[in-house]
Amino acid sequence: MYRIVERRQLVPDTHLLVVEAPHVARKVQAGQFIILRPHDEGERIPLSVADWDRDAGTVTSVFLEAGASTMQLAKLQPGDTLPTYMGPLGTVAEVERVGTVVCCGGCYGIGALLPIVRAHKEAGNEVICILEAHSSWLLYWVDRHREVADQVHVVTSDGSAGDKGLSFDILQQRFDAGQPIDAIHAIGCTFMMERNSLAALAKQTPIRITLNPVMVDGTGMCGGCRCVVNGERKFACVDGPEFDGREVDWTALVERRKSYRAQEIASLQQYESRGFLGSSAAVETLGERDE
Amino acid sequence: MSETARPKGGVDLQRRDMPTQDAAARVHNFEEVALGYTVELAMAEARRCLDCKRPNCVTGCPVSVNIPGFIRELAAGNLEGARAAIRETNLLPAVCGRVCPQEHQCEALCNLNKRGASVAIGRLERFVADWCALHEVVGAQTAPAEPVAASGKSVGIVGSGPAGLACASDLLKQGHAVTIYEALDEPGGVLIYGIPEFRLPKDIVRREIGEIRRMGAQIICDFLVGRTATLAELREEHDALFIATGAGLPWFLDIPGEDLVGVMSANEYLTRVNLLRAYDKRANTPVPKPRRVAVIGAGNVAMDAARTAKRLGAREVSIVYRRSRAEAPARHEELEHAEEEGIRFQFLTQPVEYLGNDEGRLTALRCRRMELGEPDERGRPRPVEVADSEFDIPVDLAILAIGQSPNPMIKDTTPEIEVSRRGTLVVEPETLATNLPGVFAGGDAVTGQATVILAMGAGRTAAAGIAAWLSQAT
Ligand SMILES: Cc1cc2nc3c(=O)[nH]c(=O)nc-3n(C[C@H](O)[C@H](O)[C@H](O)COP(=O)(O)OP(=O)(O)OC[C@H]3O[C@@H](n4cnc5c(N)ncnc54)[C@H](O)[C@@H]3O)c2cc1C
Ligand SMILES: Cc1cc2nc3c(=O)[nH]c(=O)nc-3n(C[C@H](O)[C@H](O)[C@H](O)COP(=O)(O)OP(=O)(O)OC[C@H]3O[C@@H](n4cnc5c(N)ncnc54)[C@H](O)[C@@H]3O)c2cc1C
Ligand code: SF4
Ligand code: SF4
Ligand code: FES
Repeated sequence: MYRIVERRQLVPDTHLLVVEAPHVARKVQAGQFIILRPHDEGERIPLSVADWDRDAGTVTSVFLEAGASTMQLAKLQPGDTLPTYMGPLGTVAEVERVGTVVCCGGCYGIGALLPIVRAHKEAGNEVICILEAHSSWLLYWVDRHREVADQVHVVTSDGSAGDKGLSFDILQQRFDAGQPIDAIHAIGCTFMMERNSLAALAKQTPIRITLNPVMVDGTGMCGGCRCVVNGERKFACVDGPEFDGREVDWTALVERRKSYRAQEIASLQQYESRGFLGSSAAVETLGERDE
Repeated sequence: MSETARPKGGVDLQRRDMPTQDAAARVHNFEEVALGYTVELAMAEARRCLDCKRPNCVTGCPVSVNIPGFIRELAAGNLEGARAAIRETNLLPAVCGRVCPQEHQCEALCNLNKRGASVAIGRLERFVADWCALHEVVGAQTAPAEPVAASGKSVGIVGSGPAGLACASDLLKQGHAVTIYEALDEPGGVLIYGIPEFRLPKDIVRREIGEIRRMGAQIICDFLVGRTATLAELREEHDALFIATGAGLPWFLDIPGEDLVGVMSANEYLTRVNLLRAYDKRANTPVPKPRRVAVIGAGNVAMDAARTAKRLGAREVSIVYRRSRAEAPARHEELEHAEEEGIRFQFLTQPVEYLGNDEGRLTALRCRRMELGEPDERGRPRPVEVADSEFDIPVDLAILAIGQSPNPMIKDTTPEIEVSRRGTLVVEPETLATNLPGVFAGGDAVTGQATVILAMGAGRTAAAGIAAWLSQAT
């Protein structure tokens, strides 16, 4: 049993979760994730690690209410316990001293990006963060990124905070202006990661992205998280989740995700009525349930 | 149960059938299919054993269970004694009695088998274990009569399947401290996440693991060795290590369409159902509910997946296998049960492509007919394609059960450990020592997917190897 130290809403539908898990806190590094179950009957949900405290033995994630399990998780209170909290899982973010690094985060990825930003600073890079959201009221942790990064750009689809647009637009502007970009990191919805990857591919710039396919065990045992990278079958839970976005077969990935179209449409309608796109993760992750 | 008489003279050649749940009823539930012997049936079956001077049956058992010995006790009505006799070498009798391929092991070599009626050793073993559990004869024979002095040594075991558990039990009996590290949230390995409830009720596995806990094993779950700690880090904490991580890496066919939604490994399907209890309405694990399912392969894993799909409501379930029924590697009983449950068999059939619709969902399996050719290096006839024989099987779910190899996690995070080309850990056969000092390995991680009883046997061999190593290493 793992005790919840803190669980609170950061912005609507997005929560902070701090859990006492010394076995994970001891070892975890940027880019890794954990798998938890919200309660004894619950399914296993993978969440990226957004922060940790090795001395206190705690691990932090930022999660979005995407479906039943994450909604149940959002109901838990400090002092409640989780039956499963496994990790750290996945490979460590690839961080080297290269010069100037652009880090893009959207949705829960704004949280998951923070350790990567830190790691790049520690490696001696100049770090430029681009944080994207649909609207100002969905932005969080901008200050925390400002504390670490050399520059932080905020972009919103409706222009209510920072520039109007997507992280892709800022990235493209930098490329067009010939400003240095030696490496890119992007965590967010598949659409954002794909678009930024294609931009990077055109400029032959390395881009690390974090794939989030459906997972079960997280140990390489089920193959449910398989994806095609550089023409080869990879298991995202053990071979990734971070890959070079230029090598990911996005068409195959998008093809595989076409089955979620109904939910994407539903989510778009939600966007029309509520003024924001449910969440990229919710859009592509709904489905598989009632077939 | 006071009867002790054994047959004099005439040999009873009538093997007692084990009652089973009716096929029509059982395809709608997850309760155990085989119901086990009644006391009367067990006694009658036990009395058939000839208590041979040369009990060949024992040679057929990978852990040399004292078969005539336990049957003798059983026939004499001493069930505790029978259980003790089995447990001298077999830690998990309730499990092995249910899942051992007896027809290739103990029962194959039973002297009565020549006359077509081997003693139903597995069923008797199961009866003894179940009876003792029901009557709460627990632990009495497992804890040593006199507590052994603590050796002061500690051993770390990676993986809590049958190999890890058997090794733990033997080491505990010798006074060594044991910590088992398990990646998933419940110990038991394949016994928990793979083999379904209707064939091996999880309560039975939990009961047997409970005994190992009572003996003093510490079991730490949610701990993926390689990530939560490396093998080298664990080695510093323990005087020796045993790697029993099984063979969990599923194989895929590498044919077009494998990434369609609706193609999954049997591991994924069975894990969702067993470990995450998707069959239980209270659990909210999503599991596909298809109408038509094809399971590719014909081993135990394939039968388990097919029979599970049937129970989850699929109308049509087919097993697709490239050889014929005679070569199917599943236990005979599982094949028969699958046939009774209305699973269709497409033997001599090889999938060549998965077909999908424009939403990226599987709609059919394109197959080719095969015929049997020359034997391969293992002596099994090689399947050969029949020209122009393509046909499609309409399905919405294809489950792959074509084999699996060891998970590369340990190898990838411990580059200095020696592995074969097949990815199996290389060990010294007598002691199961790897090339790293104080690190041993066994079970499916060394052999590739085998059987529960072989994995347990390996656990015991390793325990002996480790004990010897610990005494030298002072
Ligand atoms: C490596 C990795 C890191 C992730 N990090 C985060 C994070 O930091 N914050 C965050 O909010 N989300 C993260 N996700 C996504 C998160 O795991 C899913 O949103 C969550 O599991 C949805 O569960 P649900 O029951 O609430 O939704 P459901 O109703 O079950 O499903 C919504 C959709 O979520 C997706 N999903 C469901 N189960 C899983 C699963 N086991 N693995 C992956 N996706 C699943 C499916 O596509 C599903 O259709 C990550 C996923 C992966 C693989
Ligand atoms: C569906 C199915 C049906 C089967 N039916 C039969 C049958 O009827 N009869 C029979 O005799 N055999 C059967 N088998 C085969 C049998 O179950 C295996 O041979 C046996 O379980 C192997 O035991 P093991 O201890 O070596 O490994 P496993 O039982 O595979 O256990 C390995 C354990 O190690 C854990 N692990 C792996 N990597 C790590 C790590 N890095 N850190 C921590 N933990 C780790 C795994 O999570 C797992 O719990 C079946 C197998 C399957 C999959
Ligand atoms: S352990 Fe298996 S092989 Fe050995 S006697 Fe029992 S059923 Fe037969
Ligand atoms: S060989 Fe058969 S009959 Fe003889 S002792 Fe073994 S089980 Fe009994
Ligand atoms: S989640 Fe099962 S193999 Fe990756």
